[in-house]
Amino acid sequence: MIRLSRALLALIAAAAAGGAGAADLSLNLEIPNLPVAEYHRPYVAIWVESPEQTIAANLAVWYQLRGDHTKWLPDLRQWWRRGGRDLKVPVDGLTGATRPVGQHILKFDAAAPPLATLAPGKYTLVVEAVREVGGREAVRIPFEWPIKAARREAVQGTTELGAVALTLNP
Amino acid sequence: MKNFYGKLALALMACAPGACLAARAWILPSQTIVARAGGWVTFDAANSDDLFSFNQAAMPIDQLRVTAPDGQAVTPQNVATAKTRSSFDLELRTAGTYRVAVAGDSVMARWEEEGKPKRWRGLPAEMAANIPATAAKLEVEQAQRRVEAFVTVGAPTELKSSGVGIELVPHTHPNDLYVGEAAKFRFLLDGKPAPNLTVEVIAGGTRYRDSPQAMVLKTDKDGMVSVTWPASGFYWLDALVEDEKATVPNVRKRRATYNATLEVLPQ
Repeated sequence: MIRLSRALLALIAAAAAGGAGAADLSLNLEIPNLPVAEYHRPYVAIWVESPEQTIAANLAVWYQLRGDHTKWLPDLRQWWRRGGRDLKVPVDGLTGATRPVGQHILKFDAAAPPLATLAPGKYTLVVEAVREVGGREAVRIPFEWPIKAARREAVQGTTELGAVALTLNP
Repeated sequence: MKNFYGKLALALMACAPGACLAARAWILPSQTIVARAGGWVTFDAANSDDLFSFNQAAMPIDQLRVTAPDGQAVTPQNVATAKTRSSFDLELRTAGTYRVAVAGDSVMARWEEEGKPKRWRGLPAEMAANIPATAAKLEVEQAQRRVEAFVTVGAPTELKSSGVGIELVPHTHPNDLYVGEAAKFRFLLDGKPAPNLTVEVIAGGTRYRDSPQAMVLKTDKDGMVSVTWPASGFYWLDALVEDEKATVPNVRKRRATYNATLEVLPQ
């Protein structure tokens, strides 16, 4: 079984490498399992921040879709002030439902929206999470655009987020 | 309106003659940043020295005016005045910034009648009917006040000034304040920049500390003031001008006051 998984992984890696020229930015994000009496999945916003702290590209916004719960979006405080408040949700390809505890992988093609229009420069990837009757946390990973070399940078969240890793594939 | 004078009279009786500084006046919103139109925000309005504990006296809100983002007046609902606070609800029908203000003029008069001290406080229009022409040692003062708070639905929008009394003109929007960042405001007096004006900024929760820890600021030549927020929470702004530029006919002395409640968010 282990051998099979390894083989499968190698196959996937080969397939990914095979897509030459398709630079991408991928994100591994852990929503931690929290030992609390009342648990709600966190609202999460993921965006690329410019040096002026404006939103250069919105990557994902997860909030409770069932019922009308956009009321709580300002609790994603930084995202809201930096540009979330100018957005009319839902946004196709950006907003989605909250996600459960565990590992989540997001992949963005450098040549497709929203990254295609990103000007060369220094940016910061921001992941902000806020949970009902829980806390709020934001983690930041700086990177340069366009992607010149393969790079992986990871940070560890402490409360609302687990490990967050940014992988850049040129 | 009768109620209004009644309360003013009561408030006046409570303080020593000549030193009648009212308790701190404030309007506290239940929320200052709202995601979308269609919801409600509730306000408390009180005069109390403790910020923001309604433990002293309700603020009379006869002069309450709510201005919607488009400049139109909005009628507050469920308006009630209890013993220690007034409260009202505001329906947020459009996106943008709402200004919630208790603002207006009143006149305070002191005189002697047959050797006895008399006083009256009320609206400028009713001055003639209430102050006898024969009043001796008559002293009249105009009280021009503005007590306000701001609520924004979605993105903040521009706030227009009225050109009356002391006003705050945002350079930094009052619903865009964060810990550790400097906020800049311009103060106007009668629509013109107010240089050298003392502005006090006090964080809420005064009951839970020994000193008010007021930040005392002074406006520059352009009426600008900059404040860097040390912590998140609600803050109270206080400014006062005493001069002889009363706008009510036959009155010289004026006492213009400005108070705002601002919410500062964590980073």
